[in-house]
Amino acid sequence: MTCDEIRLLLHAYLDDELDAAQSAAVLAHLAGCAACTARYEDHARLREALAQPDLYRPAPDALRERWLASQPTAPVTARPRRGPIALALAAGFAGALLLTSPAWIDSLRAPGTADGALVAQAISGHLRSLQPQHLMDVVSSDRHTVKPWFEGRLDFSPQVKDLASQGFPLAGGRLDVVGGRSVAALVYRRHLHVINLFQWPDEVSEPRPRMIRQHGYAAIEWSADGMRYVAVSDLGEGELQEFVRDFREGAALR
Amino acid sequence: MPANPFARPSQEAATSVRFEAEVLPWLDAAYNLARWLVRNDADAQDVVQESLLRALRYFGSFHGGDARVWLLAIVRNTCYTLHARHAPEGRHASLDDEALALPDDCPSPEALTLLAVDVGSLRQALERLPPPLREMIVLRELEECSYKEIATVTGQKIGTVMSRLARARERLRAELSHPTTEAGRHDVR
Repeated sequence: MTCDEIRLLLHAYLDDELDAAQSAAVLAHLAGCAACTARYEDHARLREALAQPDLYRPAPDALRERWLASQPTAPVTARPRRGPIALALAAGFAGALLLTSPAWIDSLRAPGTADGALVAQAISGHLRSLQPQHLMDVVSSDRHTVKPWFEGRLDFSPQVKDLASQGFPLAGGRLDVVGGRSVAALVYRRHLHVINLFQWPDEVSEPRPRMIRQHGYAAIEWSADGMRYVAVSDLGEGELQEFVRDFREGAALR
Repeated sequence: MPANPFARPSQEAATSVRFEAEVLPWLDAAYNLARWLVRNDADAQDVVQESLLRALRYFGSFHGGDARVWLLAIVRNTCYTLHARHAPEGRHASLDDEALALPDDCPSPEALTLLAVDVGSLRQALERLPPPLREMIVLRELEECSYKEIATVTGQKIGTVMSRLARARERLRAELSHPTTEAGRHDVR
């Protein structure tokens, strides 16, 4: 082989991408060519240098928390470098276990209930509502218009509160389906963001609000006075918590 | 086809669990590729966020295979669609490979001795590579993809992967050997 051919092939050799015959040919050439050997050694050194962990850019915590369960999980960047494939596979598997941490499972399968599935459906409902024409069946910032609209459409009377002065103006409402039943979905706004507040009657008493993150969206669910609520938005956790607090403390329309 | 938003709830929940288990473990890989391609944190976060939303939307059409390679391909496409300015030439298969060759005025490779391989120098040299070459190094050296995986992620032939990777390494070697000779160097300082 000529030096020109080796210039290309020595990279594939370095990457262990050559078959046995080609590898032998590269080795044979290197044994007799000082220039190619020097180049090979440089590239081997460069390759080792590029394996320095500081060059790897793992996902920042903000992104991680957005997509994974609310508990921060251990970083999974500790993939063994240049290790045997079995080790890499094992690390990948361990990483998968770490990422599907108990926090996520808890939030999906609370003991004895299907809460997580309901919240997942509420988040799906939120996503669906963002498609054109899907957000609102009744468009009004006036709770005295929105609340009566639900009469006769639902077998319960949803709580509708005016939170405009807290910075969460009511935009309207629509019917949605969660857990196989019709529920009320109130649409509030915060600047350019949309908050969907789903509610339906439920015996379960779970007054403590619970934050669930899924697919980049935050959801908070809680119960009060025989009603179950799930608020979903792409707002930050803090603002969504503020919304939930304001709603819980806000005066109900009777 | 996007996943049917009206799918049965149990299917949705099952899909979520599968997505968590198969795709999200590669969040770091997704970010690493995006960060090296767009070269700043805010844009990289946007790219990964959008990529994961796309991945979720199309997850129904992902039937087995290597989820990491599948996700990296989505991230790469998203980088180039959202941030065309970062890699205008990188999107086209018609890219002139000659343009990626070493400049003629470079000393012959035989005359070079690799000097600086500290993290700072490497980072700068890598960021200066044209995107079609930079992505080769990131996928091969940082993500440790095989040539076949790189070919799948970038939609190129294995032969193209091999020659671009060789060019990318020769450029890095040249940059790191003579860090002050090439014109245009000062605009990154």
